[in-house]
Amino acid sequence: MGRKLDPASRVKRGPGKKARKQQGAETELAKFIPDEDAESKRLSSRARKRAAKRAQVSEKPKVAGEQPKKGFTDENSKWLKPAKRKRKNDEPESEDDSENYSEEDGEVEEQPLNKKAGKDQGQKVKKAGLKEVVDEDDGDDDDDDDDNDDEMVDDYGTIDDGSGDEEESDGEELLPIERAAKKEKKQKETMGLESDEDDTDEEEGEEGDDDEEDEKSDGDMEEDEDTVQVNMDEMDRFRLPGPEASEKEGILPIDLKTIYQRIKDNIDVLCNFSTKREEGKARTEYISLLKKDLCAYYSYNNFLIEKLMELFPLSELVDFLEANEIQRPVTIRTNTLKTRRRDLAQALINRGVNLDPLGKWSKVGLVIYDSSVPIGATPEYLAGQYMLQGASSFLPVMALSPQEGESVLDMSSAPGGKTTYIAQLMRNTGVIVANDANAERLKSVVGNIHRLGVTNTVVCNYDGRQFPKVMGGFDRVLLDAPCSGTGVIAKDPAVKTSKDEADILRSAHLQKELILSAIDSIDAQSTTGGYLVYCTCSVTVEENEWVVDYALKKRNVKLVPTGLDFGKEGFTRFRVRRFHPSLKLTRRFYPHSHNMDGFFVAKLKKFSNVILTAPAEKEAENEAAEATVITTPPVEEPSKSKEKKTPLIKPGSPKEKAQTNGTAMATANKSKSTGPKKAKVAKIEKGAEAKNSSADGKKEGKRFEKKHGKKKSAMKAKNRMGKNKFKKLKSMLRKQNLK
Amino acid sequence: MRPLTDEETKIMFEKLSKYIGENIKLLVDRPDGTYCFRLHNDRVYYMSEKILKLATNISRDKLVSVGTCFGKFTKTRKFRLHITALEFLAPYAKFKVWVKPGAEQSFLYGNHVLKSGLGRITENTMQYQGVVVYSMADVPLGFGVAAKTTQECRRVDPMSIVVFHQADVGEFIRNEDTLT
Repeated sequence: MGRKLDPASRVKRGPGKKARKQQGAETELAKFIPDEDAESKRLSSRARKRAAKRAQVSEKPKVAGEQPKKGFTDENSKWLKPAKRKRKNDEPESEDDSENYSEEDGEVEEQPLNKKAGKDQGQKVKKAGLKEVVDEDDGDDDDDDDDNDDEMVDDYGTIDDGSGDEEESDGEELLPIERAAKKEKKQKETMGLESDEDDTDEEEGEEGDDDEEDEKSDGDMEEDEDTVQVNMDEMDRFRLPGPEASEKEGILPIDLKTIYQRIKDNIDVLCNFSTKREEGKARTEYISLLKKDLCAYYSYNNFLIEKLMELFPLSELVDFLEANEIQRPVTIRTNTLKTRRRDLAQALINRGVNLDPLGKWSKVGLVIYDSSVPIGATPEYLAGQYMLQGASSFLPVMALSPQEGESVLDMSSAPGGKTTYIAQLMRNTGVIVANDANAERLKSVVGNIHRLGVTNTVVCNYDGRQFPKVMGGFDRVLLDAPCSGTGVIAKDPAVKTSKDEADILRSAHLQKELILSAIDSIDAQSTTGGYLVYCTCSVTVEENEWVVDYALKKRNVKLVPTGLDFGKEGFTRFRVRRFHPSLKLTRRFYPHSHNMDGFFVAKLKKFSNVILTAPAEKEAENEAAEATVITTPPVEEPSKSKEKKTPLIKPGSPKEKAQTNGTAMATANKSKSTGPKKAKVAKIEKGAEAKNSSADGKKEGKRFEKKHGKKKSAMKAKNRMGKNKFKKLKSMLRKQNLK
Repeated sequence: MRPLTDEETKIMFEKLSKYIGENIKLLVDRPDGTYCFRLHNDRVYYMSEKILKLATNISRDKLVSVGTCFGKFTKTRKFRLHITALEFLAPYAKFKVWVKPGAEQSFLYGNHVLKSGLGRITENTMQYQGVVVYSMADVPLGFGVAAKTTQECRRVDPMSIVVFHQADVGEFIRNEDTLT
């Protein structure tokens, strides 16, 4: 199939590179050969010990400890670990070099192969040398996660023991001890490399052997147990730098390595504050130092670091920042309208692309590890057999799960990745309306749609906020809202410094407008659908939970499970804000825990169009509900209206709000028929106050009137007339009063 | 967006018939619903009635594309097929040319097909007959016009052109801006 690459040249290329590296490692190892025999014996004995332990380990569900914590049930957790960061390790000693090389090899080979062993995907031609690794790995698939952690530790190992430690720090209490021990070992290494033959040999041996690495932490722990006790006292405590030190820092050039170490130590202290704090120093001092260091080390602006610190626990924060420094793996989506994944994979492998299935959760995704041809210009790509698409953009479409024959709206579709995925799930039936506000970017949508052979799409160029006026009655709507992009910093590092509070709130405001118009475009009566999927590539709460919570308050929608079995739950409470409890049905994805772009997905179901016909009524209804719950509506009223007009201001009494929202949700269904009446009562009660809100709602009401005027039942029309008359009457009365 | 005039229809169908012959009627009478051609911004779109109905909601200046774009009318009122029409040309093509894997890339960069890159060709292809170009794996890559008849192709030297390039899928990237 496809062009056959010259086999001779290809075979040489692939393994040759790796072989070279390994050879390097071997020659390095050759220096230490004298001890090899004894070493191997010793290894085997330890290996036996380990084998026994492994048997124990595999019996008790140890791995389960880590996975549920992350709320992730997919088996292919290996893939979801971010790759190691490649910068760092500035001083290449020969020793370290060889270590790193052998390790990188191990990592690169292990990942794909392991997965294959797990999944029985035997399509790729395996190299003979690697087969052994597979066999060995088969046994300890359970320990995969541990593997990774260990490798991380080793990689950062030399001077700055990096985020590998960090990884473990959430659970492990022994961590600081271990770190100290390791630090000491390193010092020894760097100081007396030759003199300390025995020690280094051990290291080398462990590095060289793949199997060995699996258990390294265990072995190390055991072995270092005794030394650890000694090290405890020696371990230097982290101290905050005095004012003169920080002054000096301002003048002298900053050493990134020391800053990194300081960040680590600082976080370590902050995690165990009561035991490790320096006497008389407040937590805020530590925090402000940490903030400054993070800004300097990762070159973020102050605002974003603060936001992220609010969002993540400190132990996770560095992981997140580190993950933003490395690129996510390249993923492609098979176009099932034109080909099958197996055929595509075969065709690409023939072109010299190294790839693997994306994961258990996707039947169409492929991960590209490396490629000898540009992956965006192969004949297969041009023929529309696949689409270059980040793994995270699969998720909203999977959550949307469009059915055949439906009408679907993609509100901001450029560059068409999700649109074409929707089309392929619908098998080119039904109708898709692909909209985008930017005419330039629509060109790529058109190109992609035609390239992938999608024929059921209408492409248009409206501002999403006008949409319900243009057309409504969709079965499903996908709203991939424009956002600040704090989840895709790896893709666009400019975000690090360019965003501030105003930017976030501006996009949050736009998102609120968009989500309302998206909801208004849905037909709740749809037999198959009535769903909205809201997603952003941002991690901030303002752009995600807050927006969804706002929609819950404003429209007759409820959150439903996204159908994605992994990802973290959305926040139901964040600092001063309290959101509707059902917000835990939303899903968040992070670069450091899922190895895809930071992403937020929420799926909403619209359960009635009633609100649409009279937003004013809804408003009043809400108030009525409030009136029933809280007996002092006038107090509640101002804060409510304030919030509506200026969403920048935090809600004054969040708890009460959440409560009222909950009740409104609960009663909305029941009170559908009685709603208007209640509203009227409420209005009479409130008189002038209610007028503001009704005027606000009237605009929307009119807008809708234009569209759905025909559909409206006679009774409702009468209702509305009555209200208008009522208003007129009221204004007349007022005039009279004034006179 | 409007239906095509009789003259426009005639021009376009003449062009199409060069590639798919009498199979044109399969495009118009489809078992899975009525399909039709519409003109928008001098471009001809092919879509089902259902999508058409929905697209009428959209004002003319906001509409970018509906269904599949087949090509455009030039200022001289000639019809030019776009690569986007390949989706519907390929399955109905009467005459086909397969190119060897080595020549695939060359064709995708906009070059003519040379004899050396010719893998297979349909029997009895006439000179200047419209042909659809496939890779050896039967993936449609574009279309063009046969420069030589099948018989002549057997004899000519390897460097002579056998298919004139008209459109290839590489244009999805090269000419993304002008597709619609």
